[in-house]
Amino acid sequence: MFHPSIHLLNKEIKEKRFKGILSTITFFLFLPALIIMFWLFVKGFPALSWEFLTEDPIQGMTAGGIFPTIIGTFWLVIISVIVSCPLGVLAAIYLSEYAADNRTTRIIRLAILNLAGVPSIVHALFGLGAFVLFLNMGTSILAASFTLAVMNLPVIITSTLESLKAVPHSYREASWNVGASKLQTIRHIVLPNSIPGILTGLVFAVGRSAGETAAILFTGVAFYLPFLPQSVFDQCMSLSMHLFTISTQVVGVPEAYPFATALVLILLILSVNSISVVLRTYFRTKRKW
Amino acid sequence: MKKKLEIKNLTVSYNDKAVIHDLNLDIFQNEILAIIGPANSGKSSLLRCLNRMIDFNSQSKVKGDILLDSESVFKDEDSTFLRRRIGMVSPLPVGLPMSIKENVTYAPRMAGCTDKAELDSIMEDCLKKAALWDEVKDRLDGLATKLSGGQQQRLTIARALSHHPEVLCLDEFSIAIDPVTTMKIEAVLQELKKDMTIVMVTNVINQAKRLGDRTAMMLHGKILDLNENSKFFGGQVTDVRTKDYIEGLFG
Repeated sequence: MFHPSIHLLNKEIKEKRFKGILSTITFFLFLPALIIMFWLFVKGFPALSWEFLTEDPIQGMTAGGIFPTIIGTFWLVIISVIVSCPLGVLAAIYLSEYAADNRTTRIIRLAILNLAGVPSIVHALFGLGAFVLFLNMGTSILAASFTLAVMNLPVIITSTLESLKAVPHSYREASWNVGASKLQTIRHIVLPNSIPGILTGLVFAVGRSAGETAAILFTGVAFYLPFLPQSVFDQCMSLSMHLFTISTQVVGVPEAYPFATALVLILLILSVNSISVVLRTYFRTKRKW
Repeated sequence: MKKKLEIKNLTVSYNDKAVIHDLNLDIFQNEILAIIGPANSGKSSLLRCLNRMIDFNSQSKVKGDILLDSESVFKDEDSTFLRRRIGMVSPLPVGLPMSIKENVTYAPRMAGCTDKAELDSIMEDCLKKAALWDEVKDRLDGLATKLSGGQQQRLTIARALSHHPEVLCLDEFSIAIDPVTTMKIEAVLQELKKDMTIVMVTNVINQAKRLGDRTAMMLHGKILDLNENSKFFGGQVTDVRTKDYIEGLFG
């Protein structure tokens, strides 16, 4: 008969203890998110109504709704995505599939990684200098969207690169071996197998730009606008900026308003992120290896 | 005999470390040339030079020349046309992540063939030649990545045949295949050499003996011996290391 030794029993106890520590840490990481959501719901939900979503702010933003800020956020996100997604994905394809692995491309890769870690307020200063002043766009939706796009590019490039790298090199070699060109290999082998990862990265970038405040602060977002933007050269309001304004800059705002605004913003980002989850599961079921 | 491939003063190095030294080799049309030799002697690198897969390794440097029908394979910048003329079966089986059917018709489709009937006949023909048809004919739309290792290896052979290459390079094609199936494929190769030239790297010395018209022994990036099979395995070798290797005494 085999009897577990003391040593083995100790191992089991250690295993249990370790598992316990890990699950406790995970719980405490999850807890703040839960508390924030709960608090926002409790404080903000009473103020949430159809009117709140569809009306303009009135009486110096102390009453009315947040309609223009939703529209503004929508514009900023859409334009920045249209600019940054193709650029980022194509740049990643070039770096992963075409560029030689030499000193120059290594420096470029490192620069992209570093750029992904640059604080957004620095991107805002760049946007102010490059788009607002140098390219003479003025503070406008276009300038703010471009700034957001620049901020998102390194994130998109990095995540796309990772997804492309996850496709085994042997697939590419097998495709080249039978006389397929590089472009055909990318089109028929690499992209179909990396698209779930690429899309996840893109959707993540969308959520990030929806919540961004600093990058659009000097480049296109207005404190208060009595009208909706008529073109991309107008300024606009945004959810994130509006939240900052009514919670710190304006006197006499009903207590529930900032909470309700934050709730809308959070729900917006959550819904965008859940699209990414749905896409990922959809593509994973179609995955072929 | 017509020279199909002429390798002239070929030197290949990775990171300035030479793996093939000043190699000269003529390969005749419609012959099966077997290349044997221990690991790290440059056999696979030699094959990768023939269809210029070596281009994709940024650390590699190639000197010398390879002529295919008296024309340098390095002549054109674009190597895709060359790869259609030189088929390659790599040692590790790779089923592309698509259906079995799409795998075998991949090369003709990439070459611009869209005729369904023609694609189907190419597929059936190539799968039969690779001794895989009977096992997969009922699940041609199934995923190639779900096939067993040996089946994927035969699929790789079928894929290499699908673009009707003039030269077929096989790099240890039988490592994952059972002996019975290996024999079937060897019989097919004997048949195929009527239409094409076959270069075969193998670790199984008996396979070289059975299949080759000529056999070359490679070691440290050089060809030690090259002769017709009857002479090569009949003891007519110049280098004692070749003799030892054939007899299994090498080490």
